[in-house]
Amino acid sequence: MTIIDKTADVPAPRGAGDHEGPLLEVRDLHVEFHTREGVAQAVNGVNYTVSAGETLAVLGESGSGKSVTAQAIMGILDMPPGRIPKGEVLFRGRDLLTMSPEERRKIRGSKIAMIFQDALSSLNPVLTVGYQLGEMFRVHQGLSKKEAKVKAIELMDRVKIPAAAARVNDYPHQFSGGMRQRIMIAMALALEPDLIIADEPTTALDVTVQAQVMDLLAELQREYNMGLILITHDLGVVADVADKIAVMYAGRIVETAPVHELYQRPAHPYTRGLLDSIPRLDQKGQELYAIKGLPPNLLKIPSGCAFNPRCPKAQDVCRTDVPVLHPVTEQDGGELPGRGSACHFWKETIHG
Amino acid sequence: MGRYVLRRLLQMVPVIIGTTFLVFALVTEMGGDPVQNLYGERPVPESIRVALTAQYHLDDPLPVRYGYYVSGLLQGDFGTSLSGSRPISEMIADAWPETLKVAGIAFVFEMVVGVAAGVLAGMRRGKFLDNLVLLSTLTVIAVPIFVLGQTAQIFLGVKAGIFPVSGTNEGFMSYLLPGLVLGSVSLAYIARLARASVAENLRMDYVRTAKAKGLSPTRITGVHVLRNSLIPVVTFLGADLGTLMGGAIVTERIFNIPGVGYNLFKAIQIEDGPALVGFVTLLVLVYVVMALVVDLLYAVLDPRIRYA
Ligand SMILES: Nc1ncnc2c1ncn2[C@@H]1O[C@H](COP(=O)(O)OP(=O)(O)O)[C@@H](O)[C@H]1O
Ligand code: SF4
Ligand SMILES: [Mg+2]
Repeated sequence: MTIIDKTADVPAPRGAGDHEGPLLEVRDLHVEFHTREGVAQAVNGVNYTVSAGETLAVLGESGSGKSVTAQAIMGILDMPPGRIPKGEVLFRGRDLLTMSPEERRKIRGSKIAMIFQDALSSLNPVLTVGYQLGEMFRVHQGLSKKEAKVKAIELMDRVKIPAAAARVNDYPHQFSGGMRQRIMIAMALALEPDLIIADEPTTALDVTVQAQVMDLLAELQREYNMGLILITHDLGVVADVADKIAVMYAGRIVETAPVHELYQRPAHPYTRGLLDSIPRLDQKGQELYAIKGLPPNLLKIPSGCAFNPRCPKAQDVCRTDVPVLHPVTEQDGGELPGRGSACHFWKETIHG
Repeated sequence: MGRYVLRRLLQMVPVIIGTTFLVFALVTEMGGDPVQNLYGERPVPESIRVALTAQYHLDDPLPVRYGYYVSGLLQGDFGTSLSGSRPISEMIADAWPETLKVAGIAFVFEMVVGVAAGVLAGMRRGKFLDNLVLLSTLTVIAVPIFVLGQTAQIFLGVKAGIFPVSGTNEGFMSYLLPGLVLGSVSLAYIARLARASVAENLRMDYVRTAKAKGLSPTRITGVHVLRNSLIPVVTFLGADLGTLMGGAIVTERIFNIPGVGYNLFKAIQIEDGPALVGFVTLLVLVYVVMALVVDLLYAVLDPRIRYA
């Protein structure tokens, strides 16, 4: 798989050391959950890379393994029941999965931070937002309670929370949904990490607030030159902010592409289905397309291409052979950097 | 907040009037002829009957007599015991400290051991310690308190001689075993409550956030999980303190502690109406005040709750 080279025009990453190449590289990651019903194969060989200043959008229906992949990268997977039988998560060239717990803990929050979907439940209800923000500085930098509070107010200003100094001692439930998500962003941003993973950061918000929060996130990411993994199931959200997209299905990446190319010419029937199911202004009144069927049962993933029971293009070979992520090229064989499709019939899909 | 407290205090008035009236009515109706009760089988001299009838307003209708009783209460006068002719306020002043000593030991015991056992079990669900806590608490809850008390008395007091068998002559040690027995049942409930609460909170989203922040496991449980888990536990402890301070009839009887429970039992036994009403009034007051304290405490612990 080729790495999309969109990092040439951004400043060099801070504190990169002597490591060259992407900030984060996930290699052949597998995650399974051992439950009473059996082994749920949530992630089945995910590969992706993110460079400093770059935004990778991870797209897919609910249950496709987006969050589990992120949790494995962060090291916050519930283990048990979770297990990582295979794979590497290279951060600046070092495998996070083989580090000691203590070493990993120091990276969490300070080098790699995460923003969660539901800010209300993700913040501690009985601690003030000032305390929860300040905690980052107290734990990672050993600041005093007082110094940490000053930093917390600065952070709240940074994410444009009005009257930050007056509200630093308020509790999460006293803020609106949008403001709470800003607090989550502030917390992730606190120690100026190299990489932020945002797991559906706007899904729980009103549409008008969604855009504001997304803009803020994009703005801060540019300013700090961070890598950003933006997890979403909403194709509409990513068009403006992402550099490249990885589409997930049943724990696999089924298509990767620079963002605009994916919209213009999808090379996988599943991506096509997702694009066709976006409501469009010029098709008002028409019935909306929906991919037929349900996402696969992770305890019993279909043989061959996992998408075959729902795929309009499926042939016999789809039920027997697992498609690898083929490099996608122009009809004449011309290279399309960063593009790949895990479909036996990618040529027909993109060019046909 | 101030207005809330005021409203709650005002709400207490009808509760206290209602409950005390109920007990007062029950006791006066159940007692038969209170003057004759005093004299047992002997005939009551007419002059004394007239005097006592006047003194205790025995000829007046029930509500009027209750009115006399309440006006006495408001001046700190709980009336006079029928049996010993002692002022009931004096009996309370003697009995309550005894009860409080046992209650204090019970409370500390159930709080420290109960919370610790519950929190540790909740953190290690399904492990040995968890099973041990579940099994032992179930045993304590299943066995009636008088069996528990008498077993402890026989084995730890009579046979092993570690504790005084009964009475209050040996200072702190006299109250220790009764306190432990009394606290053990609540301890079991507290341990189970704390265990469930910790286990539930460990699954919460905010714990995942705390992990993602790179906090140490000690900090995650010690600060984030504990603060949330202890809310229901503290509430239970507060309510239980009200119960403990009201005395324990069974435990105080087994160990011969002359506390509130012991006096209540005696008053019932010899049909001493005024004493019974007096002690029950005390119980009601303690319960109602503790209920308010618990509600206020709840608002302090959980910022999402605001009383207006
Ligand atoms: N803690 C867990 N225990 C058992 N199974 C889990 C757990 N977390 C996730 N899974 C499984 O992993 C699958 C993928 O979940 P997830 O990554 O959250 O999907 P999404 O793409 O919507 O973020 C889920 O369908 C679920 O079956
Ligand atoms: S491999 Fe076959 S089933 Fe899978 S997406 Fe391509 S055409 Fe459809
Ligand atoms: Mg998810």
